[in-house]
Amino acid sequence: MTTTPPIAVSRSDAPARVNKPRRGRRSPAASIALHGTLILASLIAIGPILWVVLSSFKPGYAVQSTEITLVKDPTFANYEYVLFETNFPSWFLNSVIVASLTMLIGIFFSATTGYALSRFNFPGRRSLMMVFLITQMFPVSILIVPIYAIMASLGLINTLPSLVIAYLTIAVPFCAWMLKGYFDSIPTSLDEAASLDGCGPFRIFWRVILPLARPAIAVTGFYAFLTAWGEVAYASAFIQTDDKYTLAYGLQQFVPQFNPQWEYLTAAAVLVTIPAGIVFLFAQKHLVSGLTAGGTKG
Amino acid sequence: MSTVTAGATPRSSTLRRNWDKHWAAWAMVVPVVAVLAVLIFYPLVNGIWLTFTNQTEANQLAEICTKSITGGEVCKENPNAWSFVGLDNYVNVLTGKIGEFWQWTGTTLIWTVAGVAFHYGLGLGLAVMIHREMRFRGFYRVLLVLPWAVPAFISAFAWKFLFNEQLGLVNSLLNAVGIDSVAWFADKWTALFVAVITNIWLGVPFMMVALLGGLQSIPEELYESAEIDGATPWQRFRNITLPGLRPVSMTVILLGTIWTFNMFPIIFLVTEGQPAGATEILVTGAFRAAFEGIRNYSLASTYGVLILSILLIFSVFYRRVLRKQGEVW
Repeated sequence: MTTTPPIAVSRSDAPARVNKPRRGRRSPAASIALHGTLILASLIAIGPILWVVLSSFKPGYAVQSTEITLVKDPTFANYEYVLFETNFPSWFLNSVIVASLTMLIGIFFSATTGYALSRFNFPGRRSLMMVFLITQMFPVSILIVPIYAIMASLGLINTLPSLVIAYLTIAVPFCAWMLKGYFDSIPTSLDEAASLDGCGPFRIFWRVILPLARPAIAVTGFYAFLTAWGEVAYASAFIQTDDKYTLAYGLQQFVPQFNPQWEYLTAAAVLVTIPAGIVFLFAQKHLVSGLTAGGTKG
Repeated sequence: MSTVTAGATPRSSTLRRNWDKHWAAWAMVVPVVAVLAVLIFYPLVNGIWLTFTNQTEANQLAEICTKSITGGEVCKENPNAWSFVGLDNYVNVLTGKIGEFWQWTGTTLIWTVAGVAFHYGLGLGLAVMIHREMRFRGFYRVLLVLPWAVPAFISAFAWKFLFNEQLGLVNSLLNAVGIDSVAWFADKWTALFVAVITNIWLGVPFMMVALLGGLQSIPEELYESAEIDGATPWQRFRNITLPGLRPVSMTVILLGTIWTFNMFPIIFLVTEGQPAGATEILVTGAFRAAFEGIRNYSLASTYGVLILSILLIFSVFYRRVLRKQGEVW
């Protein structure tokens, strides 16, 4: 869609518009400045990630040393330790379960809600939009106690569903808001045509609108997944036993106050980022087209 | 139908008509509304109520039950049960008797303003650059968005690692050019600096992507005709790009402010409030004050209500300013 292949798009390939002199006449100096700035920015963006990845392959003494080396005695020992000597695998599994459920349920709820907000002018619509904005303002610290109490009375403390439910309250309002904006940009004439063919509102939503909204769905799914994947506060409040930890919380055990085990931490960080990165790669080409909408229309 | 039901009560028929017309929409939003009601509104009301009590983990039970030898349960009234204390919590927090409300608020303001200003400024700059046609555009874009894909707590660890006093890359680089190592987390301002840098790194991709989307919705023709009229690049930026981005900008700045204000993991994990709690922002300070040791539910709620009030006042004010400038949002 809006993505450009990494290879240069020659100007003649650009949409059949009038020749754009503005773009064409970039002086070599401007070109160097532009690429130079972007290369620098990209380096800053990936530098810390790269450094952690490099460090994760170093043995402990090399990580602890003050010498700057890119590669030194590369080893998988850190990964082996994290994967086989700790509870990492079960934390990882917990995180996958929680994040996937949050993503799937979150997409479903926010898509239906976003569609209703976009297409129907029902009583309560405006206040619901306001409520969504207000939910973004909730500090975790006010919600955590009463939600803890609710979870406790439902018997959900120290279970994964408690986390899924809590994360849905964070992700769904923002996702619904974003999807609403995207649905707004899909012409209503499509709905009307389908309606004339005898489709009910749910069929229209399912058969016509959802397939068209794939980019936005990808983005909201990505957002919901990441929200759940990286959350710390609820996880540390609701989960009490080691076997139920999620990664975000479990990893903190590698950083005791006085003797942080950086070499294991870096390996664990890489392992944690990989699933998020995979989800990101699926979503990234939709990121721009999908986010356009969310912000623009209230 | 209307002629037949003319005699029926008007109220029920309105309800009926509303139902017939809107049932589909209501059916679509009802799950979300239900979940929000249970998990946002009930906690909110309950939280506000808690702020007028002195309830903590230790005194929350009205009765203490113990198993007796015969197997039955004996319940006694809790002598130290929680009670209604009026505005005491607010007084304690606002006068600084418990916690450092005003200091945390000050730090939060610096943290938020610095974060949002750099997010927006850098995000806008990168979005404008990457919006142009050029070689490697898609490649740059993937790299620049990458920090977004890294979970916040991982980024927090990564930056804490980079700025570690003994083995961090930053100090090693400083040493390499002949500058002594800096104990980043020993001073309030350097510690806050590290946290702000981490947060900027983390938040720019979202701004960039959102603004890039906004840029794509500005019609190319505007730029062409401006150029024919002889507008300089700066004039085109000021008079076409910025106004065209206005709707997106307003939303992302509002959201960005709210998110940064409540940004928990960075401070919590990167500086841990070091040195000696000087870099706490409101959310982390409140969390520590209320949850370290005996969990103090009423205190946590008091902070929560205060934080929420600040943000509500801010957004009402923000919208009013926008309205004055003719923006209907």
